[in-house]
Amino acid sequence: MIDWLQGLGHRTLSFLERTGRANLFILRVFAGVPALALQLRLVVAQLYAVGVLSLLIIVVSALNVGMVLGLQMYNTLVNFGAEASIGPVVALALVRELGPVVAALLFAGRAGSALTAEIGLMKATEQLSSMEMMAVDPVRRIVAPRLLAGILSMPLLAAIFSAVGILGGYFVAVGLLGVDEGAYWGQMRAAVDWNDDVVNGIIKSIVFGLVVTWIAVFEGYDAVPTTEGVSRATTRSVVYSSLAVLALDFVLTALMFGDI
Amino acid sequence: MMRTRTIEIMVGAFVAAGIAALFMLAMKASNLGTASIRDGYQVTARFDNIGGLRVQAPVSAGGVRVGRVTAITYDQEDYEARVHMTIDSRYDRFPSDTSASIYTAGLLGEQYIGLEPGGADDFLADGDAILLTQSALVLEQLIGRFLFAMTEGKDG
Repeated sequence: MIDWLQGLGHRTLSFLERTGRANLFILRVFAGVPALALQLRLVVAQLYAVGVLSLLIIVVSALNVGMVLGLQMYNTLVNFGAEASIGPVVALALVRELGPVVAALLFAGRAGSALTAEIGLMKATEQLSSMEMMAVDPVRRIVAPRLLAGILSMPLLAAIFSAVGILGGYFVAVGLLGVDEGAYWGQMRAAVDWNDDVVNGIIKSIVFGLVVTWIAVFEGYDAVPTTEGVSRATTRSVVYSSLAVLALDFVLTALMFGDI
Repeated sequence: MMRTRTIEIMVGAFVAAGIAALFMLAMKASNLGTASIRDGYQVTARFDNIGGLRVQAPVSAGGVRVGRVTAITYDQEDYEARVHMTIDSRYDRFPSDTSASIYTAGLLGEQYIGLEPGGADDFLADGDAILLTQSALVLEQLIGRFLFAMTEGKDG
């Protein structure tokens, strides 16, 4: 019994300690962000690794999500003779929820895991400590550009996801199922509000970008420097950031759309 | 290691694609491209009952959207709802005895204000009030009236 209590206490304390370390870590990273203005090359290289390389999976998934949405919504809406409102349904679902959330989940799997593994391996092979030997701060040199690139590319990826998804819905609804083209775009424009829907979606995606990249770089930097430790950190990075995205999405949705 | 130039070009293309996607969301998929009335004039109208009318609801004349509802308040002086609307300044030739009614788009659609021009010589201007109004049809009241009329007919 006492052992069990001790175990519970130990786990709680180490959880709190890790949370605290993650917070101190992000403060250190943010302190290094302004200096990046002088070294934009580092950020550009990371934008390539984090953003451009995620583009393919984002575009392909968005196309499929949009097409499935169009197909499923059509089957239900046609019963009410309301198949023309397929445009607003697809656009609102994508812009408000699916764009930011699914893009963030894919981003966590594609880019977050790579970041954790990369930084974890740098730590395991003692590249980070040799940087410190050379009086180069690895947090500024390695972590800060990656975090900034994540925050910058996530809203762009989410916007691309929403736009491609809407096009996917268009192909299915207008091209395949014969919904009127004017009704698809016209009703969408009447229903989607720039400030309420699109801007809130962008804010969501910026928050998700920060959280996913934060968890990824922290897990990598905090990994046990062994092969097994890096593999565990990578798994944890994807699991934690997916859970964080889904939980945060509920909180943000309640704040943004809870009282209209 | 890929050449820096190639990487920079790819990043540039990525950022451009993101901005293009945002632009498409703005212009093609949301109301930013169409609905904002840059300059218009304010008129008010009083209704006994506005039903389910909401702020941002369209104001139309002859089925054409000419403005939107900007605010809805309740007037405690005469116990009526006061609806403020902005009308696009392109449409500045509504006669001053224009009447406003609340209609429903389709059977269950959203409610909007329809304007029917009258025959007066002077036109509505900023700050004017529309005097002739017709309230929204509330389904419960309609059914109540219908039932009332039915029982009346049975008795008489």
